[in-house]
Amino acid sequence: MNVHVTRRIVYLVVALAVIMPMLFLKGKPVTVSEPVSNAFQAIDTLKEGSYILISTDYGPGTMPEVNPMVYAIVRHAFRKNLKVVYLSVIDALGLALGDQVIKNVAQEYGKEYGKDFVNLGFKPGAEAVIVSLGKEIRDIFPEDVRGVPLDSMEITRNIHNLKDFAIVVDFASGYGITAWIRYAQARFGVFLVGCVTAVMGPENYPYLDSGQLKGLVAGLKGAAEYETLLGKPAIATRGMPAQSAVHILIIVLIVIGNILYLLEKRKRK
Amino acid sequence: MRKEVPLLITILTALIVILAFFLTPLAQTQQILLRWYAIIGGFAMFVGVWNLLKKHVFQVSRGKNTFYSLVLVLGFFMTFAFGIYSIVKYKDAFYINSPFMFNFNYVLAPLQSTMFSLLAFFMASAAFRAFRIRRLEAALLLFAASIVMLGRVPAGYALWHKLPLIAEWIMKIPSMAVQRGIGIGITLGAVGMSLRIILGIERPYLR
Repeated sequence: MNVHVTRRIVYLVVALAVIMPMLFLKGKPVTVSEPVSNAFQAIDTLKEGSYILISTDYGPGTMPEVNPMVYAIVRHAFRKNLKVVYLSVIDALGLALGDQVIKNVAQEYGKEYGKDFVNLGFKPGAEAVIVSLGKEIRDIFPEDVRGVPLDSMEITRNIHNLKDFAIVVDFASGYGITAWIRYAQARFGVFLVGCVTAVMGPENYPYLDSGQLKGLVAGLKGAAEYETLLGKPAIATRGMPAQSAVHILIIVLIVIGNILYLLEKRKRK
Repeated sequence: MRKEVPLLITILTALIVILAFFLTPLAQTQQILLRWYAIIGGFAMFVGVWNLLKKHVFQVSRGKNTFYSLVLVLGFFMTFAFGIYSIVKYKDAFYINSPFMFNFNYVLAPLQSTMFSLLAFFMASAAFRAFRIRRLEAALLLFAASIVMLGRVPAGYALWHKLPLIAEWIMKIPSMAVQRGIGIGITLGAVGMSLRIILGIERPYLR
């Protein structure tokens, strides 16, 4: 069969494997892995009124994978009545994405801007920004994204540096998580939870083992696991049948490809 | 002097930032340098935007690759105008119903998501046409990858309830060992490169 025709067939089958389960199958709660369970526990054991710092270091490209994690974790934080402070140190677009999710969840839980959550904005310079946050937040973020001084808001009046946060959660689709581990965790000893894309999961396992990450939520599956623990299946759980179908399809395609290769090899002999 | 001054700034800045990790009296100076770094980062973004615009405006004026350059220039000014309008009208560019967020949510985000999602098609096609089990290593890779791929989705659990546990073991033991090796290698390389820059042997910023 012509290579171009084969490629088109593969594309069509992949499209169907994604679309059909999304239309006709309902996701069920999934089995929970240890890294996600640890992430959940790290937030669940925090006292009411504790501060959580969220860094949204991802872009629209990875939005379908990362946004469900933001939804799940922010729901958990607001359910526990934690104070949510968020910013971005890598990608300004990530801030816009995270901002929408956090505002939606805040509305769901009746939370008030400036009292229960605040958006500090985006500042370029990743490592430099993180180290400055470790010393004094006002050095780098004297005001929130709307230009309101931190001292005039109830939520930020008494926070000064990373040590004032019970936990830091980084939503990353690239270098962000490494910067937070190296500079916030290693230098200031913050409790850090990483929420990364599925492909970034394996490279962050060593930090779990060393204790530098308290928990790790990786990919849409990680988000679905978190939703299961929250007892609130949402968008990630609904995406699981499609992900299952595509994973199985890729394995089947590799097997078929190899059978065809062996048959062709035998024919040549 | 054109070479010596930037070199001196590099060496001094690097030494202060590194030594501040061990010597507390230098912490304040390090803080000032980091603040400067963030400010320079902001200006670097401005310079990047300026260069990009200059290049594409030039291409439009020359009539070369006009379509894509025109889309970029128009897209830039449209987003910029929406941002300014949203700040003036709503006092916040990120206001959910602002034109800036409309443009972000319904133009930029879908375009970037589409580009990224195409990877699934390319990966499936590449897996079908290029992944050949020619050697034992390739067979082992396929075997491990299949277990992890299945173990990471609910279908894997439905097939065999121990599959997620085996997938987790692969991630935690063999995969992590390899990741550590790669990580140590990359870090040693970064340390070597940083030393070369600090000592002035490597001067990419002077070119």
